[in-house]
Formats: sequence, structure tokens, C-alpha cells
Amino acid sequence: MTRRTIVALATGIATAAAAGTLIVGRDGGTDVPAELLVSASGGALTTDGRTKDAFGRSAPTLDRNGRRRFEIGNSFFTQNWVTAPASTSDRDGLGPFFNAQSCASCHVRDGRAQPPTSPSDPQRGLLLRLSVPNGAGGEKDHPAYGGQLHDRSILGVPAEGQIAITTTPIIGEYGDGTPFTLSRPRYRIADPAYGPAGRNIKISPRIAQQVVGMGLLEAIPAARITAAADPDDVNDDGISGRVNRVTDMRTGKRVLGRFGWKANVGSVDDQVASAFRGDIGITSSRAPEQPCTTSQSACRHARSGGAPEVDDQIIATVGFYVSTLAVPGRRAIDDHVRRGARVFAEAGCGGCHTPAQHTGEAENPAISPQTIYPFSDLLVHDMGSFLADGRADGQASGTEWRTPPLWGIGNIEPINGHTRFLHDGRARDLSEAVLWHAGEAQNSREVFRLAPADDRAALIAFLRSM
Amino acid sequence: MRRGNLWSRARIVVATAGIAWAPLVLGACGDDGASVSRTAVIAHYAAGVHASYSASLASATTMDAAIDAFVAAPTPAAMKAAKDAWRAARDDYGLTEVFRFYGGPIDDETTGTEGQINAWPMDEAYVDYVAGSPGAGLVNTPAALPTISGATLATLNEKGGETNIATGWHAIEFLLWGQDLSPNGPGTRPVSDYTNAPNAKRRAAYLTATSDLLMSDLTDLVAAWAPDDPKNYRATFTALPENDALRDIIVGMGELSRGELAGQRMNVAYSERSQEDEHSCFSDNTTADFVANATGVQMVYTGAYPGVEGPGISAIVAKADADLDAKIVAGLATSVANATEVPAPFDRLVRDGLPDSDPGRKAVLATIVSLEDQGDLMVDAGTALGVTVVLS
Repeated sequence: MTRRTIVALATGIATAAAAGTLIVGRDGGTDVPAELLVSASGGALTTDGRTKDAFGRSAPTLDRNGRRRFEIGNSFFTQNWVTAPASTSDRDGLGPFFNAQSCASCHVRDGRAQPPTSPSDPQRGLLLRLSVPNGAGGEKDHPAYGGQLHDRSILGVPAEGQIAITTTPIIGEYGDGTPFTLSRPRYRIADPAYGPAGRNIKISPRIAQQVVGMGLLEAIPAARITAAADPDDVNDDGISGRVNRVTDMRTGKRVLGRFGWKANVGSVDDQVASAFRGDIGITSSRAPEQPCTTSQSACRHARSGGAPEVDDQIIATVGFYVSTLAVPGRRAIDDHVRRGARVFAEAGCGGCHTPAQHTGEAENPAISPQTIYPFSDLLVHDMGSFLADGRADGQASGTEWRTPPLWGIGNIEPINGHTRFLHDGRARDLSEAVLWHAGEAQNSREVFRLAPADDRAALIAFLRSM
Repeated sequence: MRRGNLWSRARIVVATAGIAWAPLVLGACGDDGASVSRTAVIAHYAAGVHASYSASLASATTMDAAIDAFVAAPTPAAMKAAKDAWRAARDDYGLTEVFRFYGGPIDDETTGTEGQINAWPMDEAYVDYVAGSPGAGLVNTPAALPTISGATLATLNEKGGETNIATGWHAIEFLLWGQDLSPNGPGTRPVSDYTNAPNAKRRAAYLTATSDLLMSDLTDLVAAWAPDDPKNYRATFTALPENDALRDIIVGMGELSRGELAGQRMNVAYSERSQEDEHSCFSDNTTADFVANATGVQMVYTGAYPGVEGPGISAIVAKADADLDAKIVAGLATSVANATEVPAPFDRLVRDGLPDSDPGRKAVLATIVSLEDQGDLMVDAGTALGVTVVLS
């Protein structure tokens, strides 16, 4: 296994050696595109990036009523939900199955989670999507366990099981001979409570991401995102970029997917409603049914906190909160960061991590048309077999993942106390995150891998400045 | 001599008196030209932060001793003494919250201890038993917390959820008062929780450990702002470009006024009628917290810190725009006066069914509005000084 891996990485060496000239010289040479170094990542919705609460600040553009609404949304986002019935009737309805008691359990300080170190680790934030083949080339929910593993439950309802993670090392080396080891996780269900999961189960791990700037991303016109797609790689740059089309939970219409690791959710409110139901066990009009399968009778007969458990206004208020979380401004941009920006540009990272986007008209007056710097095209890309979960999600294939925005990535370590990146937190630092890139990102990854150590460090400094 | 509640009450009086004297003093400054420099204002702020944290540490030390005495000999009188000491110490800490929101020692992105000192709202079932769940909480779960110490509690704080608060003022508060299940008074934790109730010894160990941790965190804050240490934060802060330091000072005042106090601490509970969103919900100290926070903003603006005299932000705003300064001085006094009018207990005011016309609810709303106005005025103060203040 390890042997094969070295071969896989060696193939990369050959590719990049052919490209050859991409490595950045000590003097730089090219001008750094200005859009890589704009301080106000979130345009008018940029906030001070220096505090422990830098992911949790409201958009400075909110008016008085908007701020009040933001703070109420924050309260619903932060507080633990409890089992129904409870004296706090606004906050009951937890479960029967759940992964976390609040949004902030996983998005701690509105930030990013890391994988658990053991089943008893109280840190939440990694979940497993489950499915079996539907016989028509797609996926359907697992008949006994549904679409998501729930590792916690209310009293009297057995939890579905626990996440078991085993890792294998992948060995490689940088162009200068410096070795590195990546850690490849594999997942299975431990202590399955509803019978064997079966051999055809497909498991896709997903970790909770920082939730800043969601309203800005929602305000990028769909046509702009679609226009950047190149599904057949007509321009022959090795990067395809496809849209994932999904069903809007309220209207039932097909819309562009923007959020989630596979761009499988179309709007902020849909994201909020699906997380409430899937992760906390709170139903709403968008997601009225608890995720109990037919074989889970204790789940189906558990006491409900109402039908649905939260009204549309609460979903909208939490959606408003998430939409108006401002983006932390860039840190100090020094020469090292500028050099890293040059590496970023010359390695072609911007082919998917599109630096600038332009928002259109939004319903929320606090989000006006402007230029923002999320470093994402919001499209899904083939990231190669090592990252693949082998599980299609809508129109996103089993090897495709959405380009995650990079804004705020440098705040994760100070705010959340870790440097775990990618869709399941497998990368243990930013260098590993880059090294895991393959598929459409193979050429860019190889530029990084073969670059002199100084340039590699500069690229990481550039990322940390975001 | 300056100890506990007596001490902080004395200061509140001084700060309120600021309405009357501040314009006079500032008028004098205006008359004789540029007598108050920005440097002097920033230096006085640094001295004031140090004095404020020192005062907070002093009253927390008194509280810590009262807690030690209580767990050593748990009697109703000793429990009451510990609770009284908590309230007194709480007033002093409330005055310091205006030093947050710009990444200073209290909430520096990597080393800040605010979440360990004062995080809320707290899911009390994370720490100890609650009605209906006699075995809940870290106190009753040795497997989750085998060794009780400040260090182990710190690692469990905010683990698995932002309301999983294991440490700080509100953990101590809950361990002294217990759940507040009554609309007319605070929690009524029995003394037997510290004598013969299950896990009484663990509970006592928990209480003293979290009090010790609080003391240690406050000690660090005092050191970070101590004078004459070329390596501490105060040295860094006073060496900042003047406009950056002034921006930070004003951001602290604006954020505490508007987003934090008016918004999270008052309006959420007020408009959602949610006791879960009440700040010091176990002790019913919430209304005193409001007054202390609002007074802290006034203290920074006027410069009337405990035991140190010098020019506040007011002095330089008045030079730039005397009318604006007068408006701010009046606005700050209005907020403190409004907060003082909010009747305790706060949870009575956020009950379902109490009409908005209730005088208590009207007082809450009036305080929210004056604090929001005050936040807007802080942006104007920045503008008058040529400093861009962006509030979230």
C-alpha cells in the first residue's frame, strides 16, 4: 500500500518536471496580481481579524434592527438544545438522533472542527454520510442507518453507532528530498446498534467548516458561477469545474449548489434547516421528518418537541445570522506573504481558488453588490483518487469536491486551536492540505512539492495571512 | 481600604459625578490650548486598565478566601459570605469588560482567556446536576474528570459546545447558587451539596479549582498591563501608533455598548423572553452586571479609573468637537442611569406574558436603546479624532 503511494507521487514528479519553468525564482520576476493581497476579504463585510471571536462578528453594514436580529440568531446558533419536553420550550426538541447539541458544538466560535481523537472525545464536528448504491449509478440512503450516522441520541433511543477511524501513512518527499508523511483515514461504524451495515455501504466523512461570509457567497449570481464552469475542459488547462445542481428545499426547484463539501446545498436557509434536522434532530417545514428508518422504532416513537420543532422564523433568523457573519480581514501582508502570493499565482492555484468574486443584488440590504475575495469558484472538481469518497452527491461525482473558500483560513489555528484541513480534517497542517491535492489540482500541487523550501514556506505564509 | 463592594460602589458614584465635572475640566483644557496630548490619554488608559484589573484581582482574592472558608466548613453563613464576595468581585470585573474586543490580553486570538473567565450562557448540566438529571455534569462524572484542577477544567472548557462552560465567573456562580428555578429569587443550592450530598467533596474541589484558575487568569491580566515591563502588552500598546491605540480603546467601548451589552446580554433575553439568555442567571446578579458594564464604558471615556487620575478619551474629543463630547458624556450617563433603573430580578422581566408596558420591561428597552445610541456615538468620536472605528 505504502509502496504504491510512492509511485503515485512519483508520477507527479514527472508531470511537473515537464512543466519545469513554473518554479518561482528568488527575485520573483512577475508582478503579484493585486487581487491576491486585498485586505478587505469580505468587502464591506470585513471585520477585525485579531481577536478570538474573529469568526463571530456581525457585518458592519447591519442597521440597528439587523444587529438585533443577528444577535438573536447567534443565541439560537450557540445554545444547546435539550430533550423535549423541557421548561425551555424554545430550546427543546433535541434528537431522537443527533450528532451535536448546538450549531456551535461543531462550529465552535463559528469556526472549524477537527476530527475526534477517540469515540469519547467530546469534540464534535465530524460526521459520516451513509448510502448504498441505488442500482442506477447513484446513491440512496442506507436502509437501516439512513443518510447520516448519528453517534448520539436521547435517553431510551440507542445511538446508531460510533465513528471508528484507522489511519495509514502515505510517504513522499519534496523536490529537495525532504520527506513527508500524510495520514490517510479510513472510516467504519463501530458498535452498530441496528444490525450490520453491510458490505455495500458507502461512507463519506464531512467536517464542520467556518461559517463566515455565507451571505456574500449566496449573493454571487448563479450565472457568474456557472459561466466559470468548464465541464469538458474545453480550454485544456486540466481543470474542468462543474456545477452541482440541487433541489431547493422550500420551492422544490432545481438551483445551483453552493454550500457543503460537495456543493450539495443551494441556500443558507436550506443549509441551516438540513443541519438542524440531520445534525441536531430539530425538524422544520423544510425538513419535517426525523431521520429515523423503518427499523428504528424507538426513534420513530420518541417524543417530539413540536411539528415542526422550529418555525420558519427561527430558521430564517439563524440563516440571517450565518449570512451576516463578517469575514476576518487579512493579517499583516509583508514581503514573505507577497512572495507566497507569487507562488500561489504561478502554481495556478487560482484556477479553482478564484481570488475575486462579485456579488449581485441580495434581499438583505446589508449585503450590497461588491467585490469580495473568497478564493473559490464554488464549483466541484475532481481531486483524485486519494481524496475521493467514491460516493456521488447530486451531480458531484465520487471524486469531486467543492473548492472551499480560503478566506479566514489563517484564523482557524488561533480561534479553534488546530490546523486540521480538507473535508474530513485529514491534513494536519496547511502543507499537508496542499500535498493532498491531486486530480485537477495535480499540476499545482507538484509546483508546490518541487519548489524550494523558501517558496513553500512563503506560500504557507500567504495562506495564513488570509 | 478599597475592598470589595464598598470600593466599587464608591467608584460608581465618582463616575456618575463625571457628568457634572467632565465638561468643566475639558473646558479648561480647551482654553489653554493643547494641554492634553493623545499620548497622555493613551498612557492614562494603560494605567487605568492596570488599576482596574488590579482591583478585580483584589476582590477576587477576597472571594477566593471566602470560598476556601466555605468548603472548609460548609455552613449557611459561610455560603452566604462566599456569595456576597462573588457579587462584590463581579462588580469589579464587570468594569473591565470594556478592555475587550481589540485582541488585547483578555481576548488575544491565541492567548486570550476571556472564554475561560467569563463565558456564558452556560449549560449548567455540563458541570453539575440539574432538575431531572441528578447524575449530570462533570462533578458527578469522575470518568470524564478524574483529576479536578484548574488545568484539567481549562481543557474541558467549551469542549463540545460553546455553552459547555466549565470555568470562570458563571461556573463559580452556579456552584454557589445552583439552578434558578424561581422567578422571584436566585437559585437555592443547599449547603448539603458540600457536606453529605453525592460527590460533595468533588463539588468542593471543583469550586476551589475554578476559583483558583480565575485568580491565576486575573493575575496574568494584571501582569500584562503592569507598568515598567518592557516585554509586556502594555509596553506594546503604548508604543502603537496613536491612532491605532485610540481606535482600539474606542472599539472596546463601542463593541461592549452596542453588540455585547445592548445586544447579546439584554436584547436577546428581552425580545426572546428567554431566561437561558440571562447573563448571571443563577444569582440574579444580571442587573448589577448591566450597571457595571455600562459604568466601565463611562470610566474609559471620562478617565475616572479606580485610584488613578488623568485624562480620558473625553479630553481629546472635547478639543476636537466640544458639542459631540457633551453629547457623549450625557449619553453615557443616561445609559448608566437607565441600567440602574432596571429592577432585579431580571428573569422576572423576560417571562412570557409580561406586557411590554411593564415598567421593568420599559426600563430594559430604554437601556438597550441608549446603549445602541452610545455605540453609534463612539463611531462619531472616532471620526472626530480622525480614527476609523468599525463596529460589528
